[in-house]
Amino acid sequence: MTKFGIGQPVPRSEDTRLLRGAGRYTDDVRMPGQKVGYVLRSPHAHAAILSIDTTDAASMPGIQAIFTAADLKQAGIKDIPCVVPLRVRAGTTLHMKHRPVLADGFVRHVGEPVAFIVADSLYQAMDAAEAVMVDYDMLDAVVDTAAALTHPAQVHGDVPANLAYDWEKGNRTATDDVFARAARIVRLDLINNRLSANPLEGRACLAEHDTGADITRLTVGSQGVHDMRDMLAGIFGEDRARFHVLTHEVGGGFGMKLFCYPEYVLACFAARKVDAPVAWTSSRAEAFLSDDHGRDNVSVAELALDTEGRILGLRADIIANMGAYLSNYATYIQTDGQTKMLSGVYTIPAIYARVRGVYTHTQPVDAYRGAGRPEAAYLVERLIDKAAREIGQDPAAFRRLNMIPPSAMPYRTPLGHVYDSGDFAGTLEAALERADRAGFPARRAKAREQGRLLGLGIATYIEACSGGAPEAAELLVKPDGSVLLLIGTQSNGQGHETAYKQVIAEVLGIEPDAIAMVQGDSQVVKTGGGTGGSRSIPTGGAAVRDGAADVISQARPVAARLLEADEHALRFEVTDAGGGFAVTGSNRFVPFIEVAAAAKPDADGHVFRGKGKYSPPSNTFPNGTHVVEISVEIDTGVPRIERYTVVDDFGTVLNPLLLEGQVHGGIAQGMGQALLELIRFDTESGQLLTGSFMDYAMPRADHLPMIDFSLRPVPCATNPLGLKGAGEAGAIGACPAIINALVDALADHGVTHVDMPATAPVLWRLIHSAKAATAA
Amino acid sequence: MYGFDYHRPTALADVVALLIADEDAKVLAGGQTLIPTLKQRLAMPSALVDLSAVPGLREIVAEGDGVRIGAMATHAAVARNALVRAVLPGLADLAAHIGDAQVRNRGTIGGSIANADPAADYPAAVVALDAIIRTDRRDIAGGAFFTGLFETALQPGEVMTSLFFPAASHARYAKFSNPASRYAMAGVFVAKRGDAVRAAVTGAGPSVFRWHAAEAALSARFSADALDGLVLDAEGLNSDMHADAAYRAHLVGVLARRAIA
Repeated sequence: MTKFGIGQPVPRSEDTRLLRGAGRYTDDVRMPGQKVGYVLRSPHAHAAILSIDTTDAASMPGIQAIFTAADLKQAGIKDIPCVVPLRVRAGTTLHMKHRPVLADGFVRHVGEPVAFIVADSLYQAMDAAEAVMVDYDMLDAVVDTAAALTHPAQVHGDVPANLAYDWEKGNRTATDDVFARAARIVRLDLINNRLSANPLEGRACLAEHDTGADITRLTVGSQGVHDMRDMLAGIFGEDRARFHVLTHEVGGGFGMKLFCYPEYVLACFAARKVDAPVAWTSSRAEAFLSDDHGRDNVSVAELALDTEGRILGLRADIIANMGAYLSNYATYIQTDGQTKMLSGVYTIPAIYARVRGVYTHTQPVDAYRGAGRPEAAYLVERLIDKAAREIGQDPAAFRRLNMIPPSAMPYRTPLGHVYDSGDFAGTLEAALERADRAGFPARRAKAREQGRLLGLGIATYIEACSGGAPEAAELLVKPDGSVLLLIGTQSNGQGHETAYKQVIAEVLGIEPDAIAMVQGDSQVVKTGGGTGGSRSIPTGGAAVRDGAADVISQARPVAARLLEADEHALRFEVTDAGGGFAVTGSNRFVPFIEVAAAAKPDADGHVFRGKGKYSPPSNTFPNGTHVVEISVEIDTGVPRIERYTVVDDFGTVLNPLLLEGQVHGGIAQGMGQALLELIRFDTESGQLLTGSFMDYAMPRADHLPMIDFSLRPVPCATNPLGLKGAGEAGAIGACPAIINALVDALADHGVTHVDMPATAPVLWRLIHSAKAATAA
Repeated sequence: MYGFDYHRPTALADVVALLIADEDAKVLAGGQTLIPTLKQRLAMPSALVDLSAVPGLREIVAEGDGVRIGAMATHAAVARNALVRAVLPGLADLAAHIGDAQVRNRGTIGGSIANADPAADYPAAVVALDAIIRTDRRDIAGGAFFTGLFETALQPGEVMTSLFFPAASHARYAKFSNPASRYAMAGVFVAKRGDAVRAAVTGAGPSVFRWHAAEAALSARFSADALDGLVLDAEGLNSDMHADAAYRAHLVGVLARRAIA
C-alpha cells in the first residue's frame, strides 16, 4: 500500500478548483454569437392542441426562429425512446409511449415542451413565448398513481386503463401455495413518494454545428456522453459520428442527468437551423416541471410466516407511475430494478411480484439514486419490521432468525441474483452495539420526560449495483512518466478523478500530481458506460487497474533493455520511493519514470498506451445496517433524528473519505424522502403544487445529527479489486430505518405504519387521534 | 422579468412624487420579495423607485423608552443592533431568524411590513407591541396597519420611513417554520406592557391577528399555564398542503406558551 494508493484517505484533488469557483460547468461555457433557446411549456396537464400560431412571435425583436412539432416532423426527428424492452405478462400488451421532443396534437403534462424559441437574449425569447398563440382544448387529467387504472381520464387514447405494462416476476403458483399454508400472513400497504432530484446545478446544454465537418457538438451536463451521443444519433436518424457530446463539471446528477431530454434534441436541431450555437439553461422552476422525477409507487406487500416466525414467502403488488411517456430506462426501474431485490438479506423461499406501470398526466419518472433498489429495501424492511411487531418478536431477533448466513454464500435468490458475499447478521450486531441499543430504554424514558416519544428503527439493506455494461480505460504515458487517463464514466461530483488516481498510483507507484483524467468527451474517449448504478469505482476502477497493468507490460521490454536482464526476470515493485522494475534475485532496479524516458514515443508523443477493460460478471451487493433513533415532539409532532448509526459492507475500500461522503449524502437524501420531500400535483387540474423550494422541502444540515459511520467489510468475491458499489447505499438504507424508528416511537399510540414523508402535522395527528381513540 | 423604468431618488419627496405620478410604479426596498416576483414575471410594474439612496432611512435610535427603526434597516442590522438587543431582545431574536443570511443582509423591516405577507414574522411584533408606523405623511398605529392578505393601511404613494417600537416588560416571539420555505407556518409574538398583554399571531391566518382570549387569560395571570384548556378556533385559519387549519390552531397554542416561557 502506498501513500496515495488504494485504501488511503486521499483528499479530493477536484476540490481546489471546485471550491474556488474555478470549475467549468455547462453554463460557464460561452461561444461567440451564441443564441438562447427557450421552451414554451404546456400550462395544462391534458389538452388537445387545436392550433399553434407563431406568426406574431416570430417577428418580435431578436427572434431567430420558433420551432414546433411540425418542424421536427418535417425533418424526420423521432421521439426520445425508452430503450429497455420488457416482456409483459402473458395475454397483456406492452404500450411503449416514447417521449415526444415537442408536443404533437396533445399535451399530456404540465410543463411539456410545446415550442422552442431561439433568440438573441433570454428576455426576448420569453417575450416571444408569450406571443405564441396556442389554442388548447382542455381535457380531464389523472395524476394519481393508484387512481390511474380506474380513472376515466386517459393519457393515451389507445392505452386502456392507462396501463403501460403488466409485468411479473417469480413463481406465482409456488408463492400462492406457501401463502395458502402459512401460519400467518402480514400485509402492508405502502406508498413510495414521488421526488424531484434537485441537483445544485440544474440541467443545461449548448449545441453548435460545425458545418465544415458536418458534426453537431453538444455540451451538456450528463452522466455519460456516449449513451447521450448514441441517443441523439438515433433520434436524428443519423450516424453517431455526426454527434460529439461533451460534459464538463456536473453539479449533481442522482440518475436524473442520465436521460436524454427534449431540450438537448431541440438545441442540436436549432443550432443546425439557425447556424449559430444555441444554449439552453433550466431555471429552477423549469427543473421542477421538466426534470424526470423519481420513485412514485403504491404497493401492497405480504409476508407468509410459519409458526416459528420463519419467512415462507413474499408477495408484492406494485403500481408504478411512469408519467405521461416512458423515459429512457423507465421500463426497467420498477420491474427488474426493484423486484430482483425483494429477497433483501433474508432466506425467502418463494417470491412473486406483479408490477403495473401506469401512465398519468405528469412528467416522466425514471431512475433516481438507487433506481428501484431503495423501493425494494423500503418494502422489504418495512414489511419485516411490521411482521416482527405483529408476532411479538424483537425486530432484530426476527431479522436474525431469517437472515441468509455467510455460510450460504454464494446465495442464489428466488428471483435470480447470486449474492457473492456478506455477513448480514454481522453488520446488524455491530450496528446495534455501536448504537448502544442496550441503553435505548433509558433514553426513551428520558425523552418521554421531555415531552418526546423516542423510537429506534433498524434496516438491514442489501442492494445490487456495478453490474451490467463493461468499462474501458486508456492510460497514455508521456516520456516524463506522467499519465493521462481516458475513461467513459462521468463524475457528477463524486470525486472519480481522485479515486482513479489512487488506483493508478497503487499500480504504477507514481505521484497523483503526475496523473490527469479526461472524461466527458465522446471523441477523445472512445467508449464509455457513463455513471449510474454505483458502477464507476467498482467497474471503472477495475478497468483502470487493468489498463495500468497493461502499461507495465508495455514498459517491461524497455526496462529489460535498460537493466540488461531477461523480461521474465523482472518484477514490477511499488515502494514509498515509487514504482519500477527490479531484477529478481538482485538489487538492480529502474524507476518507472526512467523507463518512460527511455521508451520511444509514438506520433502523439506517448510512450505507452495502456488499455484496460472490465466486464462485470455480476452485480456487487453492498449491504449494511442503519440504526436510527428518532424522537417525535408530542406537542407538535416534529420528528428529530437523535442518533444515526450505520455499519456498511462495501468490500474493499478505495478511499474512506470519498466513501463516507457518499454515505452521508445518501443518508441525507434518504432522510429527505422519509421526512420532507414530496412532489404533489393537484388531483383535479393536474397542476404541480410543489414547483419551488418554497413548497418542496429539501433536507438541510440541521435535520441530521452527526452520523456514526463504520465499516465491516467482506471483500466482494466477483470484483477484482474486492469493491462493492457505494454511491446509492445511503439512500437505500435510510428510508426504512427512519420510518421503522417512527413506528417504534408511536407504537404505543397504536400506529403500525406511516407513509413518507412523515411530516410534523401527519405525526401530530397520529398521536392526537390515538389519544382521542383511547379517551373514547 | 419584464422591462421597467428604474429610479433612484435621493430625497423622500422625490420618491413620493414619482409614486404619485405613476400608479403602476413600485417601491424597491431590499427586494427580497419583489425581485423574485419580477424574475418570475408575476408582476409588471412600470417603474421601480429604489429607496436605497434616500438618506436617513436606515437609522436605529433610542426614542423615549423605546426604539425607532428606519424602514430600510435590514433584518441583520436589527438583529445585531445593541440598542434593539437591550430594549427588545425578542425583536432582535425575531429578526435573527428571518430567512437565511443572504435575505437578512438585504431584506428590510419596512419592506417586510409593507408587503404584509401572511407568513412574515415582523407583523406579529408590530401588532403585539403596538408599534407606530411613520410614513412620509402620518403615524399609523400598528394594530390598525395590517388590513388583509398582502394589504395595509398605506395609501397609494405613501412611503413608510420608520417604525417606533415601545419597550415592553416581556416581548418574545415563537415561530414554527414551514420545513420548505422556513416562513412561519405559525408564529406568535407575546408582549406585556404594564398590565396589558397582547398576543399577535402570524402565519396562521390570511393576515396577522390578535388572539384575544389568550390575551385576557394572560392579563389575568401572566404564565404559560394560564393558557391551559384554551384552544384557538380553527375556523378561518389557513389550510394548505403543508398543514391544515386544525394543526395551525393547535400550533398557535403551543407557540403562545413558548413565547411566554
